[in-house]
Amino acid sequence: MARQRPLRHVTFTLGLAITAALLVVAALSLVYTPVDPLAMSMTARLEGPTGDHPFGTDQFGRDILSRVMTGAVTSIAVGVIAVSIGAGLGVLLGLSSGYAGGWLDETLMRLVDAVQGFPAILSALLFTAVFSPGMVVSMVAIGLAFVPAFARLARGSVLELREREFVVAARALGGGDGRLLLRHILPNSLPPLIVQATTSFPVAILAEAALAYLGLGTQPPYPSWGLMLKEAQNFLSLNPWFAVFPGGAIALTVLGLNLLGDGLRDLLDPKTA
Amino acid sequence: MRRYVARRVAALAATLLFVSALVFVVVRVLPGDPAAIIMGTEGSPEALARLRESLGLNRPLPVQYAEWVGGALRGDLGRSIQYDVPVGSLIVSRLPVTLPLALLAAVFMAAAALPLGIYAATHHRRAGDYLAMVVSQVGISVPQFWSGLLLILLFSVHLGWVSAGGFEGWASGPGPALRSLLLPAVALGLFQAAVLVRATRSAVLDVLREDYVRTARAKGLSERRVVGVHTVRNALIPVVTVAGLQLGQLMAGAIVLESVFALPGLGRLALGAISARDLPVVQGVTLFVASSIVLINFAVDLLYVVLDPRIRLD
Repeated sequence: MARQRPLRHVTFTLGLAITAALLVVAALSLVYTPVDPLAMSMTARLEGPTGDHPFGTDQFGRDILSRVMTGAVTSIAVGVIAVSIGAGLGVLLGLSSGYAGGWLDETLMRLVDAVQGFPAILSALLFTAVFSPGMVVSMVAIGLAFVPAFARLARGSVLELREREFVVAARALGGGDGRLLLRHILPNSLPPLIVQATTSFPVAILAEAALAYLGLGTQPPYPSWGLMLKEAQNFLSLNPWFAVFPGGAIALTVLGLNLLGDGLRDLLDPKTA
Repeated sequence: MRRYVARRVAALAATLLFVSALVFVVVRVLPGDPAAIIMGTEGSPEALARLRESLGLNRPLPVQYAEWVGGALRGDLGRSIQYDVPVGSLIVSRLPVTLPLALLAAVFMAAAALPLGIYAATHHRRAGDYLAMVVSQVGISVPQFWSGLLLILLFSVHLGWVSAGGFEGWASGPGPALRSLLLPAVALGLFQAAVLVRATRSAVLDVLREDYVRTARAKGLSERRVVGVHTVRNALIPVVTVAGLQLGQLMAGAIVLESVFALPGLGRLALGAISARDLPVVQGVTLFVASSIVLINFAVDLLYVVLDPRIRLD
């Protein structure tokens, strides 16, 4: 079967378009928002959508559209760093575990099993009890929750590749452990890891919003979609739109990233398509 | 089989030991002086010293850890600083909210996802399949707490059918309690149902491609029997695994939904303990929830072997 051209793949293209739009909005918000996202107006509080404020205003009269735009930056930043933490730690654990084998492998995998018992919410609860809540707690808590999946994937590839001819040959030529792992094994296990990173990203964005909503993550004055929803909940009957737009932004972003991840998996791995 | 179970139980014990070590390291080791966190900035040096003494913080860390784990094994998780009652009994008192919420969400998840997933698979690449996939794609994109808010907006603010939150307890019969758990359970289950629809669909599709399904069709069985007897039962094995793993997710999700609907469960207990700097409670709740998730994963692992005799155990 001929390799499918990426842009002919509906899921992939739709996901790419939504994600690109998200990135454009986030980048734009760094230089331009319709109104200053922190500017308050006591005369225009909790308004529904109007010409001046297409998404309405919050309890301090701040423009919700501008705040939703800047919230995108927070989501992307937390998402990228959390996935990097999860992928970095997970791949390191998985590679060493699979390559070493024996009791070290057994011990590290039990540690990975234990980490699996801590969804992002739980680690965030634990960290917030001893450190002050904030974006860093979010990033670390969400990142840790991704470690088991990356570790298992990386370990699986090492076990599969370790005895393959090109690796055995490299070892026979005198390649050290580090060289074998980094030059020969890691590059060949990248495609599933890339797919895993792509599919983890929307999960990270959902988790960031949930943590901010619970007051365990991003703190004011940083605009975060989860935080906006926490505030909106107190004014559901006065201005329901306040709860609709930030939530819609999360859902649309996550939808775009999920479609992109699904599309990428189909394109990179024709077996599962 | 017996050897396999014994090995798994040993692995489980090791995993639980790591779980407790992780909790201990974060709460007792990373902050340097947990007593200073509990006291805040107001405590006098003498009061701080007394608190350290009463929490046993003066002893070497390995001793503290051993005592804490030993106590936890006997069900003793220490005393709450805020309420001055055993942490264990606080946790038990909150379970009648969190557990039914997670279970109700699981029932909703299975009831929505299994029929939809099977329908999508048996109508592969037809309108119904595409519709089911679009619905589930949207479902996994909507944050649980936002669907919770939207449900409140519709059923409580607009229609006025239910109150926006709170919990009446089980004392006056299951009716009022279930009514306050219904909306949060739907919000919680919706997201997981969307995940399970996709898992069910792909498991059923895999089985439909098997030779024995073709044979069943070839010998003239009705499509109903082919799907109901030959396909679904075999497809259920991976589906049960996914669903089992989702139970752990539901426990974690319940913590969020309790906040949306003001339900006095484990999550609210932990959040309240954080603002009151009640470290023993945070430590106890996280240990309890993390261990439960690990135990659920272990049970799913065993169930998998029981359900599928084809799995070779070595």
